[in-house]
Amino acid sequence: MFGNLDTTTLQQLWWIIDSLVGSLFLFLIFVQGGQTLLWQLGKANVEKSLIINSLGRKWEMTFTTLVLFGGALFAAFPKFYATSFGGAYWVWMLILFTFIVQAVSYEFRKKPNNFLGEKVYELFLFINGSVGILLIGAAVGTFFTGSNFVLNEYNFVTWTNPLRGLEAAFSLFNLSLGLFLVFNARLLGAMYLLNNIDFTGYEDFEARTRKAVLVNLLCALPFLLYFLISLVVMDGFGVDPKTGIVSMVSGKYLANLLSMPLVLIFLLAGLVLVIWGVVTTSFRGKNNGIWFGGLGTVLVGLAVFFTAGFNNTAFYPSKAALQSSLTIYNASSSHYTLTAMSYVALLIPVVLAYVVYVWHLMDAKKITAAEVTGEQADEMY
Amino acid sequence: MVEQIDLSMVNWARAQFALTAMYHWIFVPLTLGLSFLIAFYESIYIKTRNEEWKKIAKFWMTLFGINFAIGVATGIILEFEFGTNWSNYSWMVGDIFGAPLAVEGIAAFFLEATFFAVMFFGWERVSKKFHLFSTWMVAIGSNLSALWILVANGWMQYPIGMAFNPDTARFEMQDFWAILFSPVAISKFTHTTSSGFLFGSLFVITISSWYLLKGRHIQMARKSILVAAVFGLLSSGYVAFTGDEAAYNDAQKQPMKLAAFEGLYDGEKGAGLVAAGIINSSKKVGDDQDAFLFEIRIPWLLSLLANRDPGSFVPGIKDLVYGNEKENIMGADEKIKKGKIAVEQLALYKKAKKAGDSAGAEAALTVFNQNKEYLGFGYLNAPEEAVPPVSLVYYAFHIMVALGSLFPIIFIAYLFFTLKGTIIHQKWLLSIGVVSMFLGLAAQQCGWIVAEVGRQPWAIQDLLPVTIARTNLTAGTVQTTFFMFVAIFTLLLIAEIRIMLKQIQIGPEGK
Repeated sequence: MFGNLDTTTLQQLWWIIDSLVGSLFLFLIFVQGGQTLLWQLGKANVEKSLIINSLGRKWEMTFTTLVLFGGALFAAFPKFYATSFGGAYWVWMLILFTFIVQAVSYEFRKKPNNFLGEKVYELFLFINGSVGILLIGAAVGTFFTGSNFVLNEYNFVTWTNPLRGLEAAFSLFNLSLGLFLVFNARLLGAMYLLNNIDFTGYEDFEARTRKAVLVNLLCALPFLLYFLISLVVMDGFGVDPKTGIVSMVSGKYLANLLSMPLVLIFLLAGLVLVIWGVVTTSFRGKNNGIWFGGLGTVLVGLAVFFTAGFNNTAFYPSKAALQSSLTIYNASSSHYTLTAMSYVALLIPVVLAYVVYVWHLMDAKKITAAEVTGEQADEMY
Repeated sequence: MVEQIDLSMVNWARAQFALTAMYHWIFVPLTLGLSFLIAFYESIYIKTRNEEWKKIAKFWMTLFGINFAIGVATGIILEFEFGTNWSNYSWMVGDIFGAPLAVEGIAAFFLEATFFAVMFFGWERVSKKFHLFSTWMVAIGSNLSALWILVANGWMQYPIGMAFNPDTARFEMQDFWAILFSPVAISKFTHTTSSGFLFGSLFVITISSWYLLKGRHIQMARKSILVAAVFGLLSSGYVAFTGDEAAYNDAQKQPMKLAAFEGLYDGEKGAGLVAAGIINSSKKVGDDQDAFLFEIRIPWLLSLLANRDPGSFVPGIKDLVYGNEKENIMGADEKIKKGKIAVEQLALYKKAKKAGDSAGAEAALTVFNQNKEYLGFGYLNAPEEAVPPVSLVYYAFHIMVALGSLFPIIFIAYLFFTLKGTIIHQKWLLSIGVVSMFLGLAAQQCGWIVAEVGRQPWAIQDLLPVTIARTNLTAGTVQTTFFMFVAIFTLLLIAEIRIMLKQIQIGPEGK
């Protein structure tokens, strides 16, 4: 089946699959967004417990999606994996550190004799949700602004900036994308909590959470606007499909959006859905905003990744040596590997199906204060 | 190819990978084994409806959860470290190595992550049977994730199902099934997971023994021990069987590793197995010193285990470094010569191709193809560089085997006295049981030292030395992250141990 597809089609298919996994990750970072709201929304211990236990049942899903995103990029686009991780060393290391400390924090935070104390584990969660997501956004921003690397004839990478990737965080464009992601994750986190917690008897807590949705959208908007306006006016890294030569093209990303109407529709529909999620949550008192916001975030994510990688565009461009830039065609695995991996990818719908089923089963009943303070409290996060 | 090799950076990167892998491997074997034991306890609960078994399952689940969290924390860095510290490796073999990592994510990690939440928080939210199903899914998911990472590791030890593409200067996959069902991958998976089952059983025995010595939670401890001793004993047998298979594969595919862990410098027919001995650490390959200061050998056994023939020839380090014409063994010295030709011709091929000189490219490619099997040796400067640190590998192997021989005896004794109903009176055995987990941990770590140090200097056996596999980083950069990892992992380990000890002290009855 997949073996009959040509290499170009497989490369495009895998860019779509990786973009989908990456976009699902951008939705699932509602966990990280929720973590940054812990101190702001959880005034009493029981409120904090509700937040932690609600997010704690999902954190592994986000974490696993990140790991899968890395693995899928490694399998399908190993040159990107080697160039970006080996080159932008510090930015990736810092991101990973924030996920290392996150992984223990849910389990360890409330356990007696936990050595570092409850507050430190909460700080770890905050750092993961803020610094971690900000840096991920900055790293994704370099898909458009470029990075500082040179590849030699054997494709070995040399990074030309001593900050080794951290310089990405000093670009206003990258920073804007990062901050947008942080605030978007926070509004998603608040919408998830509204959907997942039974607020009976905790109306103030509910009101604070509902308010956080709108406030975080308002905080996200300026950064989103800056990102979008910059994106459509900036020069981009175009690739000549015949020669593979990379050059700067004026208004490249606007041209990409206009020549790929579906991507433009994804972007606009995604933004509308996120805003509708906020509106329905904040002004109509609904608790299902997370589904609109989540789907909207996935669509926006897809639009961003497709704009970066399709329509003869270098998705990981080099500012230092234009011809070292990576495209989905020169950075990919071989035809055989892409074919084999495509068969493996047939498992993704199965995985999605059981994840959705179990999620539905576990969330059929909302988390209550009685659950986190009652007899079984010792077994909770 | 690589103009300047910063050896100190390579060594720091090696140390960092060893550090993160060894920390990770404190927690993983427990996840592999304890997850199945919990599934057994819960299955008995569902079958018998006896609440005591539920309490037992929940208690071990609490300890499992604490261990699992830090296992995840130490694991994420390993996947990304291939990119950060070994980016040339990631490019040169990513076409092959990336696939199992992606499959691991799709086929295993999601299984663990999805059902983990049900296992811990689903007691009142799903049916008993679905809860049991979820517990089994966590156990199966954990072990499936081990399958894929060990397939990847097995391929590094025995690279098959691929070919070198001179145009892209990388190795490319040609046969997915050959990689998945490689004998080395299979024995790695079976040996590693069964040793995890064994370790999980020792963990249960250690804590249960402590309870029995203290006279606390006696029924729970006895029941836990009964299941763990049976599981541990069966696993011990399987560990021995798969260990033999792993050693046989080493003899056939990585003879230098076998020679190193046996301290065998001079190959011989009817070679004996070193049952015990003190190795001469000042011995160098090719000198006249004795390899051992003291040794006890079992005649012919090494030949029998290595080749299934007691009279067969087992090559020593010297044969593998300098060659042995009589036994038709090509030495590393000869391979280096051929490897250097391969490296040189690859450069000429790329140069000619760039210049549009197709005749020149063709000629270079022909010579390259004749020597490409030895490409990795072309980056070594001296044949002695092909020898791993012999003393470390030798002691690690013999400690692992000695401890591996002790564990079935411990399990048999526990099973005997538990079935007899007198386990609580066997203070001597319970005292051994209390330390048995730490012996198990030592055996686990030694096993990985044998596997990974024993294949140095190779990242990919015979094809890619670690000096070429590295990222172009300064030693200072890698040192900084090394110490960052030391600090954070040590802090988290201290926290984990303190929490674990407190939970054990609290016991299954809760506060």
